[in-house]
Amino acid sequence: MARVESKSSLVAPPNTAEVVANATPLCWSCGEIRADHFCHSCGKVQPPSPADYFAFFGFPRKLNLDTAVLEKEFYALSRKLHPDVFGRAEEKERSWSLEQSSRLNDAYRTLKDPIKRTEYLLKLEGVELEEQSKQATEKARASGDLKKQVVPPDLLEEVFELNMQLEELRAQKKLGEDDPALLEEIGKAKLSLEEKHDALLGELKAESKKWDESANSETGSPGDPDRRKILNKMVDVLNRRNYVRNLLRDVNEAME
Amino acid sequence: MATDYIVGIDLGTTNSLVAYMQGDAPVVIPGEDGVNLVPSVVALDEKKQMIVGNAARKYLIETPERAVYSVKRLMGRGIEDVQEELKLFPFRLADDIQPGEVLRIAIGDRTYNPPEISALVLRQLKRNAERFFGAPVTQAVITVPAYFNDAQRQATKDAGRIAGLNVLRLVNEPTAASLAYGLDKKNNGVIVVYDLGGGTFDISILKLHDGIFEVVATNGDTHLGGDDIDNLLIAIALDDIRGDLGLDLSRNGEAVARIRKAVIEGKIALSSEPSVKLDVDLPGGKKYQREISRDGFEQMIQPIIDRTMAPCKQALKDAGFKPSDIDEVVLVGGSTRIPKVRNLVKDLFGRAPHTELNPDEVVALGAAIQANILGGGSEITKDMLLLDVTPLSLGIEVAGGVTDKIILRNSTVPASATQHYTTQVDGQTNVAIHVLQGERELARDCRSLARFDLKGIPPMTAGLPRIEVKFLIDANGILRVSAREQRSGKEAEIDVQPTYGLTDEQVETMLLESFDFAEEDFRQRQVIEARREADTILEALVKAKKGEAWSDLSREERQRAESLEVRLIDAKAGDDYHAIRDGIDTLNTATMRLAELMMNTAVSAALKGKNMDDADHEDGPHAGHPMAKADFE
Repeated sequence: MARVESKSSLVAPPNTAEVVANATPLCWSCGEIRADHFCHSCGKVQPPSPADYFAFFGFPRKLNLDTAVLEKEFYALSRKLHPDVFGRAEEKERSWSLEQSSRLNDAYRTLKDPIKRTEYLLKLEGVELEEQSKQATEKARASGDLKKQVVPPDLLEEVFELNMQLEELRAQKKLGEDDPALLEEIGKAKLSLEEKHDALLGELKAESKKWDESANSETGSPGDPDRRKILNKMVDVLNRRNYVRNLLRDVNEAME
Repeated sequence: MATDYIVGIDLGTTNSLVAYMQGDAPVVIPGEDGVNLVPSVVALDEKKQMIVGNAARKYLIETPERAVYSVKRLMGRGIEDVQEELKLFPFRLADDIQPGEVLRIAIGDRTYNPPEISALVLRQLKRNAERFFGAPVTQAVITVPAYFNDAQRQATKDAGRIAGLNVLRLVNEPTAASLAYGLDKKNNGVIVVYDLGGGTFDISILKLHDGIFEVVATNGDTHLGGDDIDNLLIAIALDDIRGDLGLDLSRNGEAVARIRKAVIEGKIALSSEPSVKLDVDLPGGKKYQREISRDGFEQMIQPIIDRTMAPCKQALKDAGFKPSDIDEVVLVGGSTRIPKVRNLVKDLFGRAPHTELNPDEVVALGAAIQANILGGGSEITKDMLLLDVTPLSLGIEVAGGVTDKIILRNSTVPASATQHYTTQVDGQTNVAIHVLQGERELARDCRSLARFDLKGIPPMTAGLPRIEVKFLIDANGILRVSAREQRSGKEAEIDVQPTYGLTDEQVETMLLESFDFAEEDFRQRQVIEARREADTILEALVKAKKGEAWSDLSREERQRAESLEVRLIDAKAGDDYHAIRDGIDTLNTATMRLAELMMNTAVSAALKGKNMDDADHEDGPHAGHPMAKADFE
């Protein structure tokens, strides 16, 4: 069975293997050469190919993506692949339609959101987001462990201060007290965090653009040091952005 | 094609309906009594026959220990989930139910699990449809509350199978309603469906795009509905009675059933009247009387209807919409007839909601449209496609009892996620996976769906096996799991223990126990039902002959009717379905004018003394509840 080889030499192969499907290019029904999702010859739905989410839609692996075009493609493919369309088809084709449309939905969900799209691309390139990842954070919060988060150094002081204020706000809330001055302070901190968040999104966009350009200029040498630099930078920006977003969530929860 | 009917079924907490697509329009199929709504009530009658619907209603008061209603509240749930329910509903559960076991309800000297009771309701609907088509019906689309979890969906599907129906699809109720509303309009925009029924509340937000109905967010409460209003009013009444009369009737099944009937009638009347008087006969010749104003009623129910607000706000937030982004709001479910509920919706979304379609029927109509789509579609449905979402996040338990969410709520279904597992001990051949559904961070706060045991992993050094498990939520919102050990390429065997579900084998035996769906049986039943119908028309004729309309007929008309009457009586004695059917139809035609004459007399009588009770049947406040406007004979 063929496994999708990671194109990256950065890290070990991605551990969420992309669908390891039957890679034969022949249609299961008529034996002719199949196209991407349907057979060229008989038109039947095919098992999902091992292609990544970008390729599923026939897009290049680029981050700057026109979401209006994506939505249009999503609707068009839904009309062709959704299990409802195969209500009367034979069992096998129905099951491939289920596989295909779940993959279509997963792909659309991932690509329509710029953050998820970037995280997905990083994963394809063999990069894992470490402690700052959402899952790790949530697990840490749930189990009550201290977040093993590296506070971005430029935020250190601000975060320390903010956490003290949030602590105080929660204590006051328990007692049913109200301190307008404190709320104002936290409100200011919140505004500043929101600005940082937006700035980080801007940075991410700039890096994405660089990535797309590098993909244009040069064909598939993923080990290229310039491209590695872009990837590393994106990881850094995403981690900081996730950190800020979690902080904002804490602030919003405390202020509710 | 004759046996190819696919029907749409709304299996409701209080009422159920069956509908199908007649040409370009979905229509509800009435029961034998001509009524569209089949109350979701099941009772054991004196002859130890299980009866369903209107006929079962009278037992709710006469022999409450042999009747069951609102069983939908128990679908897919365990004993520890339903403690609150048991305080409010007269369910008589078997007393030896263990945690994690499927519930069993005692009726007479037998026990039935919730899918079996629902199956009786479904079978009644199936029969109504078969009677209507004159052909067997074996395929259906059934609706479920959007906020139903996996176990509740699975239980509904099981009920369908037990009833002898191949359930082609479970459709979310609000989504089905949107199909019914969107059928002729097909305009683009964002619509909200607010669905407050007898027992469940759903809110769904959809994007309509050239015939694609894309649900973007859904939320709800599977234990919030008209039942809660009834229970509140009952509690108030019992309290009054305790205070005024010094009587504690809370354990008196018959008294509570009477109060229940009265408060439901009162509640319904309050949607159109400024006040109502409750007047209930109590045991010992006492009476409970109380006047309730609409203002007072609205204050009482405020806390209940306010509970719909948080899900609405959450759904808006999840969809990323503000109220001003909403183009249309649609109301579904009998409880949305309450003016206070309509006002709340109007305030929340800043626009007057649509109420053109009967809120009791709109879900069944939508189910019929989806049935038509699955059956290959027709001119009017050919561009329609439903893209629904999963209402709850799917997760798995990881170290520390924490839920690791792998498919987030509001993901379009089908949706999938892949996880990798390995072993912790050398030579380990099993791995246990605990699947959860819900939004909470700790596993113990989420709903346990099932425990999967991966078996047959080839013995290897710890950490070496690489087992890929694929979780897939299908278009019904039901989870499927498959697994493969990647190093050996072996399919791992999965042993599923649904937390509150029936196993396939159990469903199979229930299916066999109620095995009266065969072709032969269908023919026999057709004969029985045709005979019953013949009796109805013959009795009506005997009565009519005593009335004045009869003498208005010509001699020939009377003679023809009488000779056809004899012919039908003869046919009825035999067991040729077509002969009986033919006899009914010809007699029917021959007495058409008689019926018209009688109708005219009735109408002029009614115009003289129009009575509130008979007026406004169509969409009025009276439609609906099994106990409302009860016509107990």
